[in-house]
Amino acid sequence: MPDPMRIRAQVTGDKATVRVLMAHEMETGQRKDAAGKPIPAWFIQEVSATHNGKPVLAAQWGPSVSKNPFLQFVVKGAKAGDKIAISWKDNRGETRTDEAVVS
Amino acid sequence: MKLKPVLAASAIALIAASVPAQEKSAADGIAEYRKMLEDGNPAELFEAKGEALWKRKRGPKNASMEACDLGKGPGVVKGAFVELPRWFADTNKVQDLESRLLTCMERLQGLDPKTVTDERFGRGEQANMEGLVAWISAESRGMKMNLPTSHPEEKRLYELGKRAFYFRGGTHDFSCASCHGEDGKRIRLQDLPNLTHNPGNGVGFAAWPAYRVSSGELWSMQRRLNDCFRQQRFPFPGYASEVTIALASFMGINAKGAESIAPSIKR
Repeated sequence: MPDPMRIRAQVTGDKATVRVLMAHEMETGQRKDAAGKPIPAWFIQEVSATHNGKPVLAAQWGPSVSKNPFLQFVVKGAKAGDKIAISWKDNRGETRTDEAVVS
Repeated sequence: MKLKPVLAASAIALIAASVPAQEKSAADGIAEYRKMLEDGNPAELFEAKGEALWKRKRGPKNASMEACDLGKGPGVVKGAFVELPRWFADTNKVQDLESRLLTCMERLQGLDPKTVTDERFGRGEQANMEGLVAWISAESRGMKMNLPTSHPEEKRLYELGKRAFYFRGGTHDFSCASCHGEDGKRIRLQDLPNLTHNPGNGVGFAAWPAYRVSSGELWSMQRRLNDCFRQQRFPFPGYASEVTIALASFMGINAKGAESIAPSIKR
């Protein structure tokens, strides 16, 4: 199973800033290994976020996103105690979902 | 007699004035870049992995690492990092964090240390080690380096480390001190800490382990030293070998009182 994400969600005024660190290799498919063979592409393709179960963000990612990506966004109307869930799916079909409580 | 300090002071002022303004702004730029990255330091991912590994039952003995004594008693993690390397009675050796973890893995979990020491950095058990050092160092974040120096072995390792630090050799006739023996030196745009005295809070010894953005890896002090040996064109030191622990003792004792920010983030 993929390693967990780190999610922090903090309220400032009437919105919450969500910061997410994802653990992923994000191989572009352009690199070659020591033997000269191409390293197969392996990257996150879909990212989605929900606020108390309601979708608030959907993104399509490609191989140009860095290894161990960092994502930050703002959710309007989020209050302390609300739940923020993040999911990703990579091109191998692996997925990971993690949840955090807004503080 | 009174003239001397005045002369010295004016000489310093002249040197300060002749330093080009550009150099400072480049260093400031790097500092700003690090500040921006700090917010999302991927070392946190390694910390999470390390904490889980510490508590997970593994190995032939199906045991966790929770009974491991890092110097402050079995299972005490907080504050242990800033007092390593130190002498341990049960092994009668001065050990750094990595070599101590090897002892615990072997004694508690029954894992062969060779699964770590013979592995390449970043793979298999080496990757597990990186997680462990990230988490253990993070538990002492903000604390001050305070290595014990009372045991004769600790003194011996410090002296050995000092010798290794100043030892010149290899095709380039390099020593550690060639790059890390003076203030204000740089390699490309990176400031090189002067490790012959306390380089300051969160600099040098007090900044490692660290996440390297350029390679997307977490480097322990063992790996940092291994790469220093490579840059000097020295033969690679054995993982957790005595010379690496001696160098860590030398740097760690010199850094007494410096605030540890490990695991930090590097370009």
